[in-house]
Amino acid sequence: MIVAEQKPLAEIADMIKDCRKVLFAGCGGCVTVCLSGGEKETEVMATALRMKRQLEGNPLETVTYTATRQCDPEYIDAMADAVRGVDAVVSLACGVGPQYIAARYPDLWVIPAQNTTFAGGSKEHGVWEEFCGLCGQCVLHLTGGICPIIRCSKSILNGPCGGSQYGKCEISKDVDCAWHLIYERLKRLDRLDLIRAYQEPKDWSKARDGGPRKVTREDVMIG
Amino acid sequence: MEFEPKIVAFCCHFCAYSAADLAGSMRLQYAPNIRIIEMPCSGTIDHRVLLKALEDGADGVFVAGCMEGDCHFLKGNYRAKRRVNHVKKLLEEIGLESGRLEMYNLSAAMGPRFAEIANEMTAKIKELGPSPFRKHTGGDVG
Amino acid sequence: MKSGGSKLEQILEKGQFAVTAEIGPPKHADAEKVVHHAHILKDYVDATNITDCQTAVVRMSSIGTGVHVLGAGVEPIVQMTCRDRNRIAMQSDLLAAYSLGMRNVLCLSGDHQKFGNHPTAKNVYDVDSMQLIHLVRRMRDEKKFFCDEEIKGAEPRFFIGAVANPFADPFEWRVDRLEKKVAAGAEFIQTQCIYDMERFERFMEMVRERGLDKQVHILAGVTPLKSWKVAKYLQSNVSGMIVPDAIVERLKAAEDSKAEGVNICIEQIKYIKEKVPGVHGVHIMAIAWEEVVPDIVQRCGLYPRPQL
Repeated sequence: MIVAEQKPLAEIADMIKDCRKVLFAGCGGCVTVCLSGGEKETEVMATALRMKRQLEGNPLETVTYTATRQCDPEYIDAMADAVRGVDAVVSLACGVGPQYIAARYPDLWVIPAQNTTFAGGSKEHGVWEEFCGLCGQCVLHLTGGICPIIRCSKSILNGPCGGSQYGKCEISKDVDCAWHLIYERLKRLDRLDLIRAYQEPKDWSKARDGGPRKVTREDVMIG
Repeated sequence: MEFEPKIVAFCCHFCAYSAADLAGSMRLQYAPNIRIIEMPCSGTIDHRVLLKALEDGADGVFVAGCMEGDCHFLKGNYRAKRRVNHVKKLLEEIGLESGRLEMYNLSAAMGPRFAEIANEMTAKIKELGPSPFRKHTGGDVG
Repeated sequence: MKSGGSKLEQILEKGQFAVTAEIGPPKHADAEKVVHHAHILKDYVDATNITDCQTAVVRMSSIGTGVHVLGAGVEPIVQMTCRDRNRIAMQSDLLAAYSLGMRNVLCLSGDHQKFGNHPTAKNVYDVDSMQLIHLVRRMRDEKKFFCDEEIKGAEPRFFIGAVANPFADPFEWRVDRLEKKVAAGAEFIQTQCIYDMERFERFMEMVRERGLDKQVHILAGVTPLKSWKVAKYLQSNVSGMIVPDAIVERLKAAEDSKAEGVNICIEQIKYIKEKVPGVHGVHIMAIAWEEVVPDIVQRCGLYPRPQL
């Protein structure tokens, strides 16, 4: 899932300080799964900001609406009633949501409530970690299922570097050395030949470095 | 007129509520400011419910569950503790005193402890004063 | 000789025990101290490394500093990390470095920028050290840019170095990685500084088993320690470094810990030279203590250096 973390309440409060009526738009997609922007979190945020503003003597009227997701135009269209009459929309979706809302309702002031951080998964309930580097050219079959692009702090393809010690990355004792994990995994599978082989430099043009990316499926297009 | 706080107490069925019941049976006198709401387990408490109680004007709120390690549903009271702590932090960010929300642990046999908690919380809230979200005026505890 | 005249390559190919040292460039725009250090080292080393923003702290560039060092009469080994440059900048720098007279390049990953004074910088790591070794060799032996385009004109002919760290994990993989670097084109290796001699010896045993000592020149890294506090710091705070407690204790007990630190270093070098076959030289990393190198080199019986 895409994992996002809420901005501090004070920061969001500052962004809407001149608004009198605000729509808090949650998202039923990834941010619901990582417990940062779903229906519950949206209601809690709206309530907290309402209470804060009341204490400041500058009341805030809030509306909450949780979209199925905020990354398909149909679900943004469905927000038409909810956005009526508001001074701003605070979107709790990942970075995609506020952009979709802003594009669909160009006269509306849209605010991101989240800092979208990474593509990852949960390790245990309440803990999420980064797993996918979104590099556009997956090499997991060469590394025993461990991503060297994002789980290695240096995106090394011929690892590990000399900073790997006791299975940990040099940047922190809390970060596993991805290459140590790759080595252990491939040793177990008796496929160390995969990392004895030299890997060519990566084609970063398939990642964000090549510019904004697009995927098309002609066979499902309607128009 | 002296300020009489209105305190909402979310009490778990198996321990806290039973303790409150026992306090009653024992004819113990304690602050009448507590409004008890029974829950199957303290772990069913939701952030929104706590905030709503405070936004709707409760001067204080507490969650009472079983003793740690003895939760009837094993870990419900640990979950409640984490949620209460989170909302306490949120209250500070909102600008409301985090002391208006607390978590207590007691067993079903502890009637006197329930009375003690009620008195303790009431005294604490009296000191903090009426909640800025209070809607009604007057000190009527009814 | 493969390179365009590297003195280090010549000495190693002749089978002589090489001595290299290290110069850390300044955190400002004046090269006076660098020239001063180069003069100190001049007759006592065959070449000297110039670090490349070590620990991700901004310093005068390795190549720029190399020009000053060369001017002072010492052969530079340009260090190039993968952290700050993409492949375009790397090749551009390599062309310039060669044109300015550099003949040795050491390819390494580079400490993560988190350790330095600009932790908010974007990290590059476009290519890794293995790829850099391979591609620098291709520039020389096939006259090709990284993109396969032909270099029409003088190609940079570097003597190519890499690093090995017998003290990092997984231990058994470290020799495989060394082998991979040799296959990629590494011609000389400098190791991370050695304090755990036993582990280094086990590493060298594995190296010899695979005949790697015949394919690449390994220079053992050593660093004289000034005090037990420095030793302790290295022990706890530097990834990929092992410092046995015995060394910390020895320094603590010494009356003159600096002298003792030098003694330990000399003992290590002598031991490696005499008792660890397959090592072709020593790399003395006395950063911020360059003055002590001549003394060490002399007391190890490595002075005077061979003249070419």
